Amino acid sequence: MSVLVDDDTRVIVQGITGGEGKFHAEQMIEYGTNVVGGAVPGRGGQEVAGVPVFDTVDEAARETDADASVIFVPPAFAGDAIMESLDSPLDLAVAITEGVPTQDMARVNKRLSEVDTKLIGPNCPGIITPGEAKLGILPGNIFSSGNVGLVSRSGTLTYQVVDNLTDRGLGQSTAIGIGGDPIIGTTFVDALEEFENDPDTHAIAMCGEIGGEDEEKAARYIAENMDTPVVGFIAGRTAPPGKRMGHAGAIVSGSGTGTAESKISALNDAGVEVGDTPEEVAEAIEDLL
Amino acid sequence: MKLHEYQAKQVFADAGIPTPASQLAESVDEVLDAAEEIGYPVAVKAQVQVGGRGKAGGIKLAEDAEEAEEAAESILGMDLKGIHVDRVLVEEAVDFVNELYVGVTMDRGEGEPVAMVSTKGGVDIEEVAEEDPDAIVREHVDPAFGMQPYEARRAVFEAGVDREVAIDAASILQTLYQLWDDRDASEAEINPLMVTSDGEVVAADAVMNIDEDALFRQPELAEMEEESAGGDELEQKADEYGFDYVRLSGNVGIIGNGAGLVMTTLDLVDHYGGEPANFLDVGGGAKAERIANALDMVFSDDNVDSVVFNIFGGITRGDEVAKGINEALEQFDEIPKPVTVRLAGTNWEEGMEILNEDLVTVEQTLEDAVQRAVEHAEEVEA
Repeated sequence: MSVLVDDDTRVIVQGITGGEGKFHAEQMIEYGTNVVGGAVPGRGGQEVAGVPVFDTVDEAARETDADASVIFVPPAFAGDAIMESLDSPLDLAVAITEGVPTQDMARVNKRLSEVDTKLIGPNCPGIITPGEAKLGILPGNIFSSGNVGLVSRSGTLTYQVVDNLTDRGLGQSTAIGIGGDPIIGTTFVDALEEFENDPDTHAIAMCGEIGGEDEEKAARYIAENMDTPVVGFIAGRTAPPGKRMGHAGAIVSGSGTGTAESKISALNDAGVEVGDTPEEVAEAIEDLL
Repeated sequence: MKLHEYQAKQVFADAGIPTPASQLAESVDEVLDAAEEIGYPVAVKAQVQVGGRGKAGGIKLAEDAEEAEEAAESILGMDLKGIHVDRVLVEEAVDFVNELYVGVTMDRGEGEPVAMVSTKGGVDIEEVAEEDPDAIVREHVDPAFGMQPYEARRAVFEAGVDREVAIDAASILQTLYQLWDDRDASEAEINPLMVTSDGEVVAADAVMNIDEDALFRQPELAEMEEESAGGDELEQKADEYGFDYVRLSGNVGIIGNGAGLVMTTLDLVDHYGGEPANFLDVGGGAKAERIANALDMVFSDDNVDSVVFNIFGGITRGDEVAKGINEALEQFDEIPKPVTVRLAGTNWEEGMEILNEDLVTVEQTLEDAVQRAVEHAEEVEA
């Protein structure tokens, strides 16, 4: 019915006493997410958004029997907060924070390879299984339940594509914002693998952008391992080399790697149609279903 | 953030990497004084952040005072690939027999640091990477452990560096890695790392780029950024406002929220036959004032003939956006450039009620809004 999160997912919020953490904890609860607690060092024993706060992630996970954590911790402390969630009995950590230093993420990435806990983000809008659970800041009201899986490096571009899908009556199984940073936890390949193994995901929209080589890797994975059809979109066709287009990861290097052309042709070679506009992506998905 | 050569050299020298004697100079007289003190021959090097300085005439050798004066006169004040040169580094000319390359960067694909060594230094290393990839040895480093001495030695010997200088070169590489790590660099490189006729190894150039997300814990480097500020006037203004902004060459101004969606809006302008003038991301949760500032930014670009405003609200609210657009436009007797607005997502209905439709063109979809803005730009041009 979905990937990674559903009705049963028990969620804690790291940074729940901060402005953003509290606001989005409330929003997640309002959406129907099973938020069971929070973790903030030195704030144990308090109650925020109707749930108990613990001093450590480990304690929060044990006391509430949580499965997942959403991280709203300022950039300077986010690397440490992610490490803490990876070193606890959780299955999934979702890091929303934007602006985490890249070297902190290199250390996180190393730890990630040693544990079973999965990470989505950082610098991402989170993950949503419409009608069941949202972990992050996605506006729940634009999503509807259905059979299209969606994975994207960008938040608002996700909303745009969802809007185009919903206009055509195409609901979503799960939507995952994997984030716009150079080093992230869940990659396109990881997300595609989850969707491929979900019997209720019948088609996938994959929204990439310039920078890095994750889309090229995804193209190879699709060609070799996938039966579920994928439609692609690549943002940044008009971006000049050497300029960071907002996201830290969205940059075409001087030597010409990470270009939109390279990603589009890799996807086309793997048999993936790439839309010129978000509307064309929704149209192509509709044709596939 | 890129450090200037003279700044990076100072950072390298402070960490114990051998660098040639050098002094910063801003006038012909200062160049001559510096050269006298250092001793001829010297190199006079433009301090601007563009690649291929040498080829473009930004680096000159001087054997004596006459040549130094000529070099200073031709380089100071010159326009190097669009950037005005107002400072040069006067540097002891190194008598070299070999030029090596050493660098440290983040391998995005692996999510791991990588150190690189090549005996083909002194030329554009990206060209070497393309034409002769085997000439560059790559050594991945565990970020938790840091670079071990044997890893630095392995890279240097593997690259074929002469045994006489290999240990020194390895030690410089390890120091470079340590600096990269300590200073939150995204890149640190020495090209060329010169081997002199008496078997010394010297950093003849220095490149260091710092992760902007880490400047909060690198106060010393953040100060250097202020010192080296420059570039496009509008991009400086965007810095003050705190926008992610990139200036481009077209005439359709673009404002939106979220990097991916703004990039997509640029691409659609191009798709429908227009040319984007800029990338401007107002970020998440922008309030009315920020929206008004964004319009002010784009209006102040003379190239802009038409503006498209595309907001898909998640944490950004449509009513705040509409208020900001009204505020920015109501101060004009005549709207300076036509503005097309598309609002979707959180509170878009409230936004549409607030928005003064006498001042803007409203469209319901992204595609329609972009097409309309491109049409407006064409009308203005005609």
